[in-house]
Amino acid sequence: MLLRVNNLETIFRMDRGDVRAVDGINFNIKTGKTLGMVGESGCGKSVTALSIMRLVPDPPGKITAGSIEFDGRNILSLPEKEMRKVRGNEISIVFQEPLSSLNPVFTCGEQVREAIALHSHLGRKDSKAKAVEMLRKVRIPDPEIRYKNYPHQMSGGMRQRVMIAMALSCQPKLLIADEPTTALDVSVQAQIIELLRDLREELGMSVLLITHDLAVIAQMADTVVVMYAGKIVEKAPVERLFSEPSHPYTQGLLASMPGYSVSGKALPVIPGSVPDPAKLPPGCRFSDRCSKRIDRCFVEEPPLFDLGNSHFSRCWLYSKEES
Amino acid sequence: MTGFIIKRLMQSVLLIFLVLTITFFLLHLAPGDPMAKYYNRQGISPETVKMMRAKFGLDRPITEQYIKWVANFARGDFGFSLHYDRRPVRDLVFEAIPNTLRLTVAALLLYIVIGISLGILSAVKKGTLFDKVNTVTALFLYSIPSFWLSLMLIFIFSLKLGILPSSHMQSIGMEGAGWFELLCDRARHLVLPAFVLGVASAAGMARYMRGSMLDVLREDYIRTARAKGLENKKIFLKHAFRNAAIPVVTIIGLSIPFLLGGAVVIEKIFSWPGMGRLAVDAIYARDYPVVLAVNFVVGVMVILGNLVADIGYALLDPRIKVTKKTE
Repeated sequence: MLLRVNNLETIFRMDRGDVRAVDGINFNIKTGKTLGMVGESGCGKSVTALSIMRLVPDPPGKITAGSIEFDGRNILSLPEKEMRKVRGNEISIVFQEPLSSLNPVFTCGEQVREAIALHSHLGRKDSKAKAVEMLRKVRIPDPEIRYKNYPHQMSGGMRQRVMIAMALSCQPKLLIADEPTTALDVSVQAQIIELLRDLREELGMSVLLITHDLAVIAQMADTVVVMYAGKIVEKAPVERLFSEPSHPYTQGLLASMPGYSVSGKALPVIPGSVPDPAKLPPGCRFSDRCSKRIDRCFVEEPPLFDLGNSHFSRCWLYSKEES
Repeated sequence: MTGFIIKRLMQSVLLIFLVLTITFFLLHLAPGDPMAKYYNRQGISPETVKMMRAKFGLDRPITEQYIKWVANFARGDFGFSLHYDRRPVRDLVFEAIPNTLRLTVAALLLYIVIGISLGILSAVKKGTLFDKVNTVTALFLYSIPSFWLSLMLIFIFSLKLGILPSSHMQSIGMEGAGWFELLCDRARHLVLPAFVLGVASAAGMARYMRGSMLDVLREDYIRTARAKGLENKKIFLKHAFRNAAIPVVTIIGLSIPFLLGGAVVIEKIFSWPGMGRLAVDAIYARDYPVVLAVNFVVGVMVILGNLVADIGYALLDPRIKVTKKTE
């Protein structure tokens, strides 16, 4: 097992009270496997990613409980200096917005080269050659010329390729892709997903793929966790999630996907919106939006029930006492 | 880039001409005239004064004087001083330029180095005691009038402690000294006026740099730099500073007129033989040619300073393209 996240809890101390952005989540990623993480904006996906990188802005954020075991050691207890050797080297991240994530005043090539030089101790010339090689690997045409381009001189898809080249330049064991296609055109999205899939095979790395796009999950993930308001509500192998979604929230998500419902009809939506994380309902966090709720949902929070076949669901419908 | 510079310089020629024209008429509108000091003087008859006025062309209509001045000026003839024993204005100004430059460049360096480094440190250590002390000190220094600060520093360092000279550019009797001795002597004379001239701007710059740096540190690309595994020092000095410096370069360019303007007061207080002092004395004596020539030189310096700032801006920020060719 490459990554074990145990009972991770990350809170943000705000003026209006503590916000539990990530509230005791557990998941594992095996070597070479891809874990997909889905959920609406604000459900804690990105904070989970930043927690693994230990890049949660502090203040106001803080990891308050749990452990993150990566390759046999708890990275939450590593000294900052050791953690710097993990970042960009063993665990890399690709962010959602490639334009703002690249420094506007340095060339794209230089930004890739910097990551290589930092972790490999190659000289300027060798690290540059390696950076050009990485740009070629992410299928940027004319990499020698593109090396000298600034981020504003590239298209969105090209910029995201640069970000991927930067992230993969030190052959990380784990790549965190935080909404890697959300800011891109639909036609470019498919190319980026294909690129990520190919590079994953080639480098044999594990991927934590964060997205709200179920189509992307279907194409890349082996296992899926569905997050809602800081908690994991469903965890399943990818085929099972799509064939037998168990949690009403997951069912709602799938139903609202174009192509999943009857064509010619309006797409179903999940009524309401995500609860304010500072004022969570006492029972199940999804209770006030759920179509299958029962009285118990409003008073008691359900645990993660084991449905067999590595399928888990946080819903009272699957309680043994209930059925 | 070259096209941009040429265009800017051509605009500048027109601008300076306008500034000088306005100065010319304002000067002649002001009461008094260069010969005023000779009125009602014993031994100088009103006829003599009248004769002198005629000789310098001061009795001619103002439009005629203006046309004559423009014609001479365009040929590079700045005329003669009416106050300093009819010396050529060119000589007076060329003697003063290096002295003023020495003072303002020293102040500028002090202002940039102190302002930027304190600003960065304050941003990096935001909220700490260092940051708070820095903020209060900056506000204090920014608010002090420079003439008062000058007098206090002269009082403390020249009168009480006796470690720094109170005025002039070098000590009397240094003419025969070796170059090293002369350099040390001149540096000692430079300390107080350059400090006073630079410190208020440095305080402003520190505040500005702090704000700019804090803005940049919130950017996504700083998070990317951290995610690469870079250490803080490199993130601050390479990734954040380069971006935070872009707006600051403009501020430096805009501050050049204020430095030169401030130099007028400082030069007068410290008896510094620069253009500021020359200008003040010339204005009091209604020495028209000198005032116009000093205004010309200062105008050119301000425009060049701004041009350098614009070029620096374009060099720091690749998104700014001054030429139309690329993209």
